[in-house]
Amino acid sequence: MIDTALSANDIWFLVQGAGWTLLITAIAIVAGTLLGILFGVARATLPGWSTLPLGFLLDIFRSVPLLIQLVLANSFIPILGIRATPFAVSCLVLALYTSAYCAEIVRGGVLSVPLTTRRAARSLGLTWWQDMKEIVYPMALRVMLPSWIGLTLGVMKDTALVGWIGVIELLKSSQILITRMANEPLFILCIAGLIYFLISFPISRLGARLEQRWRDND
Amino acid sequence: MIEIERVKKSFGSLTVLDEVSLSVNTGEVVSIIGGSGSGKSTLLMCINGLEPIQGGRIAVDGIEVHAAGTDLNKLRRNIGIVFQQWNAFPHLTVLENVTLAPRKVLKMSRAEAEAIAVQQLEHVGLGDKLKAFPGKLSGGQQQRMAIARALAMSPKYMLFDEVTSALDPQLVGEVLDTMRLLAGEGMTMILVTHEMGFAREVSDRVAFFKSGKIHEIGSPQQIFESPQMPETRAFLNSVL
Ligand SMILES: Nc1ncnc2c1ncn2[C@@H]1O[C@H](COP(=O)(O)OP(=O)(O)OP(=O)(O)O)[C@@H](O)[C@H]1O
Ligand SMILES: [Mg+2]
Repeated sequence: MIDTALSANDIWFLVQGAGWTLLITAIAIVAGTLLGILFGVARATLPGWSTLPLGFLLDIFRSVPLLIQLVLANSFIPILGIRATPFAVSCLVLALYTSAYCAEIVRGGVLSVPLTTRRAARSLGLTWWQDMKEIVYPMALRVMLPSWIGLTLGVMKDTALVGWIGVIELLKSSQILITRMANEPLFILCIAGLIYFLISFPISRLGARLEQRWRDND
Repeated sequence: MIEIERVKKSFGSLTVLDEVSLSVNTGEVVSIIGGSGSGKSTLLMCINGLEPIQGGRIAVDGIEVHAAGTDLNKLRRNIGIVFQQWNAFPHLTVLENVTLAPRKVLKMSRAEAEAIAVQQLEHVGLGDKLKAFPGKLSGGQQQRMAIARALAMSPKYMLFDEVTSALDPQLVGEVLDTMRLLAGEGMTMILVTHEMGFAREVSDRVAFFKSGKIHEIGSPQQIFESPQMPETRAFLNSVL
């Protein structure tokens, strides 16, 4: 066995941190993807001028560093008189941040479906909605999935930043252990890294499997 | 019956259809020939309401295509259209490509839709490709699938837009055979085509398009043997 001062309790502390990382990632990805689909479809299908303000807003979420967004939101939301825990602020900011990237992915995906294919669908009598569901969604999904997997993995790693506003997620919990046990920083970081990997790996494998299945049909 | 009366259509300042009038009777086959950019494809898209028009009217069986209250999705069930690009739905098998609209639009059961689809696919010679994905088919096969897909809706009218011009020469024949079969069965058709021999063979009337106008229209004999207008003659000389 490895000779270490790390107790089972300490490992449990890390696992709890990982739990928060997972929870924030899941909320940010689910809410961000739903919003992103809404924004992305609007950007792809409505006339350009009408979604200009939305596009501008999403540009801001994409270009301002996430850490600055977190700290600003954490300071300003209480000033607006809304009580929010750091956890809630983290989920909100990460969800908006995710939605901004997801909107671009969705917009690109929808626009990747040739107009002629969509016209063929409509000419068969399919409604706009049926065209979206039966043709655009499955065709765009194949284009969007790799980027979306990348986004998910990226957001999962970006959750490390919410430690700055006081959420004890995986990275923060390992830092706390490191300050307590100053002689084992590398070992603790290895464990934290391993946990990040264990979370990411199934997601990227799932994506690769889907892509392989679709490629077989082409 | 398809009635097209003094239809005007423009994209911005570009006039694409300039007071086009044409009536197509049930059972009739009308071919449209003419140079690139003369508005042939645009006319077909206007007939099933894929494009709005700026003047005149189009009525299909008495239903005004561009009137505000018209249910276009319902109207389009009666009008099959096949485009130059094959436009297969790449994520669906051949069978699923053909059953999609009968199931979603006509609300048929899967079994019912599949029975019709198999029949139509055999009709166009694709009975052995039901489970294949379009990416594995040749251009000619994809185009015949697109024809079967349109026919599965049992349309009263079929519009064909240069369906052979993106195909390798050796695949053109099989698609023309399919259309010849349809014409023989009495399907009402409008076909935009560059295949002059085919137009001459299957059409009841041939219309020559130039600059958004029907420049000359008449029987195949008249258009191909004794065209009245010098522009028609010039066009035919350039393509024959
Ligand atoms: N969506 C569009 N927006 C703007 N202009 C268009 C659009 N569709 C067609 N046009 C223009 O309208 C004119 C007629 O186009 P159309 O496709 O109907 O010609 P066509 O007779 O079918 O030609 P071809 O034989 O090359 O297919 C062309 O000048 C074309 O550039
Ligand atoms: Mg055309």
